[in-house]
Parts: sequence; C-alpha cells; structure tokens
Amino acid sequence: MEQLNSTSSPARKKRPKFVQTIVDFFSSIYNIHLFIVRFFREAFVPPFEFKEIVRQCYEVGVRSFTLITVTGFIVGFIFTKQSRPSLVEFGAQSWIPKLVSIAIMRALAPLVTALIASGKVGSSIGAELSSMRVTEQIDAMEVSGTKPFKFLVCTRVLATTITIPILATYTGFIALIGGYLNVAQNEGTSYSAFMEEVFKPLTFVDFNASLIKAIVFGFTIGIVGCYQGYYSNKGTEGVGKAANGAVVTAMFLVFIEEVIIVQITGNFR
Amino acid sequence: MEKPKAHIDYNNPVISIRGVAKAFEDFAVLRGIDLDLFQGENLVVLGRSGTGKSVLIKLVSGLLKPDKGTIKVLGQEVTEISEKELQELRIRIGFSFQNSALYDSMTVRKNLEFPLVRNRKSITRKEIDKAVEEVLDSVGLSQTINQMPAELSGGQRKRIGIARTLILNPEIMLYDEPTAGLDPITCTEINELINQVQQQYHTSSIIITHDLTCAKETGDRIAMLLDGQFQRVGTFNEVFDTNDERVKPFFDYNFIQ
Repeated sequence: MEQLNSTSSPARKKRPKFVQTIVDFFSSIYNIHLFIVRFFREAFVPPFEFKEIVRQCYEVGVRSFTLITVTGFIVGFIFTKQSRPSLVEFGAQSWIPKLVSIAIMRALAPLVTALIASGKVGSSIGAELSSMRVTEQIDAMEVSGTKPFKFLVCTRVLATTITIPILATYTGFIALIGGYLNVAQNEGTSYSAFMEEVFKPLTFVDFNASLIKAIVFGFTIGIVGCYQGYYSNKGTEGVGKAANGAVVTAMFLVFIEEVIIVQITGNFR
Repeated sequence: MEKPKAHIDYNNPVISIRGVAKAFEDFAVLRGIDLDLFQGENLVVLGRSGTGKSVLIKLVSGLLKPDKGTIKVLGQEVTEISEKELQELRIRIGFSFQNSALYDSMTVRKNLEFPLVRNRKSITRKEIDKAVEEVLDSVGLSQTINQMPAELSGGQRKRIGIARTLILNPEIMLYDEPTAGLDPITCTEINELINQVQQQYHTSSIIITHDLTCAKETGDRIAMLLDGQFQRVGTFNEVFDTNDERVKPFFDYNFIQ
C-alpha cells in the first residue's frame, strides 16, 4: 500500500481551498492508518531490535522523569488543597484521601503523564526523525541494508507504549505523596493511615482502566511523533512543524481517547 | 591530477538502465533515459542543478521507483525484486550522500560500525574494530574515530561518509555531489579518494556532479544530462568537443569559474 499524497494529484490546482482542506484531512487519516498497519506488520516480526528498544525506553524515561516527578507532586498537593474547602463545608474532610486517590488513580495520573510526555517525548521524537529525514540519514540507513522503519519507528513506539504506563504509575504514587503532605499538614494524619484510606475505594477495574489508558496514550504519543517526523519534508522548516505537530496532535488525541476509554470502562463498574 | 588507468570490462555492465522516466507532480525529470555502467568504470553524470542527477542514483538504489523503464543492477531488476532482495542488493551498493548523512547521535566509530553490525550478524568485536580501523585508515582519518560528526569539517564528513559505505566492500559506488560545498584543495583530495577507491576496492562508480574538475579527474566516461535525457556520453574530450549550444555554456562557465 502506498502513501496517499493529496498534493500530488494533477487536479489539485482546480480544487477550491475548502475542498482541498477536506481532501488533505482525509488523506492524512488514511496515511496514519497505513502507518499504524505497517507498525504492526513490522514490530512483531523477527529480527527484534531489543537493544534499541531498551535504549529508547531509557531515553523516554529519563527525558520525562524529573518533570513528571515535579508535576505529579504538584498535582497531588494542589488537588488536595483545592478540594478541602468543599468537603470541610459538609464535615467530610475524612473523605479527602478517598477522593484524592480516585481522582489521581482513575484520571489524573495517566492524563498528566501523557500530556507531559507529549510535550517532552513526542516533540523530541518528531524533531529527531524529521531532522534525520531532512539530512538524508533515514535514506542512508535504508541504502545500507537496514530497515529504518523497524529500527527508528517500531522501537520508539514500543518504548513509549512500555514506558508511559510505568511513568503513569510512578506519577500516581508521587501525586499521592503530594496529597498526603497536604493532608498531614492540615489534619496531622499518619502516612500509614492515609495510605490505608487511599486504597480502600480503588478496585481492580480502576487499576486496569488506568493501565489501559496509559498504554493507549503511550502508543498514541509514539505513533504521532514518529509519523510527523518520518514523513516530514520542507527542509528545516519541516523539523519545527514536525515537533509542533507531534505535540498538538498527540495532546488532542489523548483527550479524545480519555473520553472514549472513560465511557467504555464506566460500563464495567 | 592525472587519473590512474582503470581496468574496465566493457562487456560486463553492472548497471543497465533502459527507457527510465520519472516525474514529480507535473514535472518530468527523466524522460526515457538509457545508460550502462561497466565493471570497474567511473562514470560521471554531469548536469545542471535540478536536472535529475540525484534522482537517477536514487532510482538505481531503489530509494525511488521509476514511472517507466527498467533498471538492472548486478543482474537484478530493481523494480521487480522483493523488499528482502532489494535489501540484500543494497549491501553490494555504496551510496555516498551529498551532505554525508552521518548519524548525528553516533560517534565516527559507531557510524562506521552501524552497517557492519546490522548486516554481518556473526561478526566478532575484534573483526569490527579491525574493519573500522582499516577503512578509517584508507580515508586518512584515523584520528577522528571518537569524534562526533558535528566536530568534523565538511571534507572530513565526506570522507567518513565514503568510509561508511566502503566498510561493506561494495561492488558499486554511487557518489552524490562528492565535492559540493568544498574548497578546491579538499575537492582534489576527494577526487583522489574516489580514484583510490576505484583502484583499491575495484568498484564501479556513478559520480553525480556539476563540477567539471571532478568530472575530468575522476571520470572514465562522462554522461551529460540535459532536459531529462543524456545528450552526450563519452570521454571528457568527446563530450565537450562540441558546438552544441546546450553543452558549451556549461563547459565555459565552469572553467571560467
């Protein structure tokens, strides 16, 4: 299957602008579909690039680790602080740990991790692959007998798909620590009592839904970043566009997926 | 610089191009070209920018597909072979890119090791080190082994780019504008290296350039690409001993420069 290039059509000049925009939109959806199909065709067929996958996992993890630690802590702390007044009004401050844990584990941890990773990892993948395309490094790989799609794309997508769920779990625990500090500051609750309360309302479905979300987000960030970078053109201008496109598209898709997954997993509760 | 005598087998074409056409959008770059590259030969493809010279070698290496025509490389039809066969064929072809295309994130050593590690699965660490040292030595840049591409000069990058292709002992070399953007002295060094590769590695090469000095110093034959077709093919003197108004200005301008 070949990539569809709406701009290469001879009829392009005759189309009104809005028609061309619609054609471009659907061509890019078709092309992303081909890209995903190609990923599944190549990623799980030997030879496997284990070394490169591990290296990419390390890159993804290290790139986002500090930012995720800080963001996760702040999210937990601020969320707890902002929810307190409403609960105190009803004399329900003892519910704070439960509320915090449900909000963080079910929604905030995977979402915050995905948004941070979209900015940090997605843009970096988009820019890296795009500059490799512009400077013919991808072509150089291809003519030297290496499959660049397998080596560059499959490894990065697998790395984000594996690493982002791990980072999301980590974000969840860091956010809970942030929440605990706020609770301890105000109510003087012990760490063990807080943690006991935190895990009471969480079910198997919550953990699974959160994990599935993180896996889907990770896959999306990897695919979008790689797609934007791998098919980048227009020289150095294309590098900036690929990085920007990777962030904007990945964030947009993450929110859409969040809505869809919440609707689906809600049926299992 | 006098070009060393090459041993060319004119009965044995390693690349045969017949009736190849390629267009981008509405613009026809190549319009049914025919060309042979013979065993042991350095063939220079000359032409102005945008005439499809680089497209030609990208077609030969299978990076682009022709709209029409056939391209036979080392006995295999590039347009018909499977992806796996093409990958195996590419190992026998060295491609030196215009901007060297060195992997920015890797040192010179890693750049050179990369094709070797990827294509020779059973190779030992000792053999890799030996091959890297030998190929670096042959391009005269042993001291750069641990440097990053960003730390190299334009000429050094070109040499490392050529070394990276040589490490797999290719039978055919494709040079895309090997002297573009280099000073005259470095250009001469690169031209000498191209001739040295032909002698030492017994390669057959297509050299894409618009530099007449490079063409004269490295080419056994010259093919002049104009308006999407080869207008003149022959030795340097045969090609430029003409009153053809399309060819003459190219020659005059280059040598006045």
